[in-house]
Amino acid sequence: MEIKKTVMLGALVTGTLAAGVAMAAEQFIGLPSYRVGAYAAGGSGIFGGWIDYMNLINERDGGVGGVKLVYEECETEYNNARGVECYERMKNKGETGNSMFSPLSTGITYSVLDKVPDDKIPLVTIGYGRTDAADGRVFPWVFPLITTYWSQATTMIKYIESKEGELKGKKIVLLYHDSAYGKEPHAVLDKMAAAKGFEVTKIAVAHPGNEQQSQWLQIRQIRPDWVILWGWGVMNPTALKAAAKTGFSRAKMLGVWWSGAEEDTIPAGSAAKGFTAAGFNVAGAEYPVIKDIKKHVYGKDKGNMEDESRVGSVYYNRGVVHGIIAVEAIRKAQEKFGQGKALTGEQVRWGYENLDIDDKRLAELGAAGFMPALKTSCMDHEGSGKVKYQTWDGAKWKVVTDWIDADKQLVRGMIEESAAKYAQEKGITPRDCSKEM
Amino acid sequence: MFYREAGQFKPSYEADQQIFPIIQDRVGIAIIIAFAALVVPMIASEYWLNSILVPVLIFSLAAIGLNILTGYAGQLSLGSAAFMAVGAFGAYNFMLRIDGMPFLVALVLGGLAAAAVGVVFGLPSLRIKGFYLAVATLAAQFFIVWALVKFPWFSNHSTSGVITAQDIVILGFAFDGPVAKYLLTLAIVIVLALMAKNLVRTSTGRSWMAVRDMDVAAEVIGIRPMRTKLIAFAVSSFYCGVAGGLYAFTYLGTVEPEGFNLDLSFRILFMIIIGGVGSIMGSFLGAAFIVLLPIFMNVMMHGLLGDYISASFGSNLELMIFGGLIIFFLIVEPHGLARLWQIGKEKLRLWPFPH
Amino acid sequence: MQFFLEVLIGGLLSGVLYSLVALGFVLIFKASGVFNFAQGAMVFFAALTFVGFTEVLPGWTGLEAGGTAVFWLAFVLALASMVVLGIATEKIVLRPLVNQPPITLFMATIGLTYLVEGIAQGIWGANVRGLDLGIEDVPIEYMLEQHNILISTFDLFAALLAGLLVGSLALFFQYTKVGRALRAVADDHQAALSIGIPLQHIWAIVWGVAGFVALVAGLIWGARNGVQFALTFTALKALPVLILGGFTSVPGAIVGGLIIGASEKLAEVYVGPFVGGGIESWFPYVLALLFLLVRPEGLFGERHIDRV
Repeated sequence: MEIKKTVMLGALVTGTLAAGVAMAAEQFIGLPSYRVGAYAAGGSGIFGGWIDYMNLINERDGGVGGVKLVYEECETEYNNARGVECYERMKNKGETGNSMFSPLSTGITYSVLDKVPDDKIPLVTIGYGRTDAADGRVFPWVFPLITTYWSQATTMIKYIESKEGELKGKKIVLLYHDSAYGKEPHAVLDKMAAAKGFEVTKIAVAHPGNEQQSQWLQIRQIRPDWVILWGWGVMNPTALKAAAKTGFSRAKMLGVWWSGAEEDTIPAGSAAKGFTAAGFNVAGAEYPVIKDIKKHVYGKDKGNMEDESRVGSVYYNRGVVHGIIAVEAIRKAQEKFGQGKALTGEQVRWGYENLDIDDKRLAELGAAGFMPALKTSCMDHEGSGKVKYQTWDGAKWKVVTDWIDADKQLVRGMIEESAAKYAQEKGITPRDCSKEM
Repeated sequence: MFYREAGQFKPSYEADQQIFPIIQDRVGIAIIIAFAALVVPMIASEYWLNSILVPVLIFSLAAIGLNILTGYAGQLSLGSAAFMAVGAFGAYNFMLRIDGMPFLVALVLGGLAAAAVGVVFGLPSLRIKGFYLAVATLAAQFFIVWALVKFPWFSNHSTSGVITAQDIVILGFAFDGPVAKYLLTLAIVIVLALMAKNLVRTSTGRSWMAVRDMDVAAEVIGIRPMRTKLIAFAVSSFYCGVAGGLYAFTYLGTVEPEGFNLDLSFRILFMIIIGGVGSIMGSFLGAAFIVLLPIFMNVMMHGLLGDYISASFGSNLELMIFGGLIIFFLIVEPHGLARLWQIGKEKLRLWPFPH
Repeated sequence: MQFFLEVLIGGLLSGVLYSLVALGFVLIFKASGVFNFAQGAMVFFAALTFVGFTEVLPGWTGLEAGGTAVFWLAFVLALASMVVLGIATEKIVLRPLVNQPPITLFMATIGLTYLVEGIAQGIWGANVRGLDLGIEDVPIEYMLEQHNILISTFDLFAALLAGLLVGSLALFFQYTKVGRALRAVADDHQAALSIGIPLQHIWAIVWGVAGFVALVAGLIWGARNGVQFALTFTALKALPVLILGGFTSVPGAIVGGLIIGASEKLAEVYVGPFVGGGIESWFPYVLALLFLLVRPEGLFGERHIDRV
C-alpha cells in the first residue's frame, strides 16, 4: 500500500508521533468502492475524491491528531452479495477494525444494516440509504447524513414554489426510475400536493431508462408546469434529450442529486442547457479545499483520479464531502477518547453522533459554501437537510440558490413514524436520548 | 486402488439402489458432511462463515435447481434469480401474515410459491425450445422483479420496497449467530441436495433426461413431455425458491427485489456450466468457484498489485480475468469441474497401476 | 388520434434502432449458430473506442478537434478495432469450441461480455462521454405545425441510416459471392466445407460485419443517450426483437423491431397507467412469448422438423 509507505516516511517529517513508539497509529477505513460496470462513473468519482481528501489530510496535516488515515478498497461492483463480503472482509482490518462503512449503494446499505450494531461499525450513508434511519433512537449505528431523499423532495417543492409563487392548480410530473429508489419521494410529494393544492403525476421509467419516447409523449399531453427528474445513470441524459425532442423547456426541469452531475448532462450535449438539479455539495474547483488537494496531493503525483480534469466535478466533490465528514467525525471522537491512537468503530460512531461542523469550521476547512453546515445528535442523524440548486450552463454547473432547508416538520414526522414501525417489527426498544452522552 | 468397487457385492435390490452404492462414496460423503458440520464451525472465522460458506451453500442450492431444469431436463432458463426472489418474498410474507408460522414451513411454502410461478412461466416450454425459450424466460426475470417492486403488498408497504427477514426461531432455539445460521443452511442444503440426487435417479429424473436428449423420441416411448417439463420447472423453481428464502433469511437479512437481477441469474448459470451440467456435485463445485473467484482476484488486485496499477484499472482487470477464465474453462474442460472430479476418481481407482 | 399516431410513429422509429442491434445477433447466429450475448458489450466497446479516438487523435496527429477528418479517422480506427476484436473472438474463443453444445458457446459469449466490458473501461476509463453526430434532435417543424404530430429529426435520420444498412446487407448477402458462401455456411457447415467454401474465412468476415453493425449501432445509440456503460443494455432491447423475428432472419429483425417498438410504446402509454407504469422492461418479452406460442420459430424463422 502506498499510504503505508508514506506513513513510515512521514513519521519523521510530521513529528506528531508519541516519543518512543515505533509504529505510527493508523486509523483504518475500509472503502467498498466500485469502479467497473454501469456504476463506475459515480464510484470512481466519489471514492476518488474521498481518497484524495484523506491523502490531503495525511500529506498536509500528518493525519488527524497525529493518526494517519489508511484505507483499503474492496470492489463491490454495486452488488449486494459482494458488498457484504467486502464488509465482512474489512471489518477486522487495521489496528482497531474498520472504523466506518459507506457502500454508496442503498442495496448494500440494507444488506449490512442488521450487522453493524453487532460489529459496532458506523454505517454512513450520505445522500442515499434508509431514510428513516435519520431517527437515531432506533438506528444508533446508521447515519444518513446531511440530507435524505424525503428532505430533498420537500426542497424541490420549495424551489418550484419560489419560481412559481403560488402552487395551487399547478401540474408537476415526477419522472422516476422504476425502482425502490424512484419510489422514495412518492409519499412526500403526495402529502405536499394535498397541502399545497398542486397536482402530481408520477410516470415510471423502466430500468435502465434508455428509451423514454412514450413517457415524454405522455408528458407532452399532460403539459405540466414542472417535471421532477428522479433518475439514475443513462436515464438522465436520455430524459434531457427526450425533453428537447418533445420541446419541453429544460428550465422547467428539476433533478435529484443523482441526476445532477457532469456525467448526466455532458452526454445530453446542448439539450442539457438550463437544467437545474439539487446537490448537497456543489461543483467547482475554486474552493480552497480542492485547491489544497491539487497542491498537496496532485502536486506530489499522488492523486487518485486518472483523469485529473474530473477534480472539482460534482461526484468528485461529493467524495470530498464524504472525506471531510469522516475526518471531522474522527477528530470529534478524538476530542473525547484521546488523540494519537486509533479509535474503534464504537468511538467513531460517537464522533458521528456529535458532529458540529458549523460555518466557521467549514471556512477553516476551506469548504465554505461547498457543503452545508452539519450538526448531528442522538435524535437526528441527518444533521442538515439542506441542498443547493445548480443549473447547467452548457459547460459547467452554476450554483443558483443558497442552501434551501427541508420541510423539517413534515419529513421528521414521517421519519419517526416509519422508524417506529421498524422498531416494532424488529422488536427494538428505541434509545432514550436524554440519557446519551 | 483407493476407489475400487470390486468385491462390493449387493445381496439385495435395496443395497443396489442406494444413492451411493459404492462404500467409498458413502464414507466420503459422510466425512465431508461431518467435516462441514463439526469441524468447519470450530475453525472457520465469522468472515468465512458469513460471507463465503453460507453464500456458497445457498448458491449451490440454486445451482442444483437450475441444473435440474437445464442439466437434466434440457430447458435453458435465464430466470433463476427471479424464482429466488419469489421464494424470498414468499417466505417473508408467510412469516409476516400468518401468526406463529414456523420458519421451516414458511421456507417450504416460499419454495412452493416459486414452484407455482415456475410452472406458469414453464408453460411456453411446451412449444418453444432452445434459445427461444431462454430468451422467453427473461420475461419471468423482468416481470417478477417488476411486480415485486410495483405492488407494495409484497414488501408489506415498506417505502423502500425492501424486506427485512424476521428472526429465525425453530422449536424455541434462535438461530442468530453466524455458526447457527451456517449450520441451519448446511442442514437444509444437505437434505435437499440428497433429495435431488435421489430424484434424478427416479422415473421422473429418467424421463427428464429422455426429454433432454430427444423430446420427440421420449414422447414416442410414452413419456408425456408436458407433464415432465412442467415437473422439471416446478422442482427447479422450488429449489431456487428455497435458496432465495435462505438468501434472505440466513445470508443477507434484508433484500430488495432489484438484488435478484439478471446478473445473478447469469452467475447461477455460470455455476452450473463451470461446475458441470447435469451433476449435483458439480453444482457445489461451480458455486464455490464462482463465489470465490472474484473475491480471490479482488484480494490479489488490491493486495498484491495495488502498488503498481490504479484501482480503476485493477477492478477492470478483475472483470477481464473473470471473463477470460470462464472462456478458458469452457475451452479446456467443457464438461466442468464435475468432470475433473470424475477423472480424479478414475485415477484413484487405477492407482498405482494406471495401465 | 393524433396522440396515437405520434406514439405509433415514435415507436416504429425506436423499433428500427432495436433492429439495428438485433441485426448483429442475427448475422452471427445465422453464420455460426452462436447466440452472441456479447453483442451489447460490442456496441459499447465500439462507441467508446470511437469517442476515445476522437479525443486522443487531435493530440496525436495535430488534426483539428471535432473536425471531419478526425471523425472519419476515428471511425476507421474504431472499425478496425471492431474487426480485430471480431476476428480474435472467432479465432481464440469460438474455434476451440466448435462442436460444443450451443449453451456452452452461449456461456462463452457471456464470458466474452465481461472481458470486452473490462477492456473497454480499462482502456478508456469509466467517464461518461457525449457524442454529437451533428444532427439536431428537434421535432420536424412541418409535421408539428401542420398536423401537431411530433417526429424527431434524429430518430428519422437514424431509422433511415439503419434501413440503408440493412438493405445493403441484404443485397450483399443475396448477390455477392461472399454472401452466397455465407448462406451456404448457414445452411449446412459440412456441405459448405465439402464444396470448398473456406469456413473460417467466412466466419471471420461475418464477425467483422457484426463489428461494423455494432459500431453503427453504438454511434447512433451513443448520440441518443451518451457513450456510457448503459449502451450494453441495448442488447436487452434487441432480444425480444430477435425471438419475435426469428434468430436467423434479417427481414425478421426489421419487422420484429418495428412490432416491438410500436407495441411497447403503445402499451406503456395506454396500458401502463393502469398497472403503475414502467412495463417496458418486460412487456416486449411477454409479447414475444405469446407470439411464440402461436409460431414457435418466430416470424421468419426456419421451421424445425424433428426426426426420431
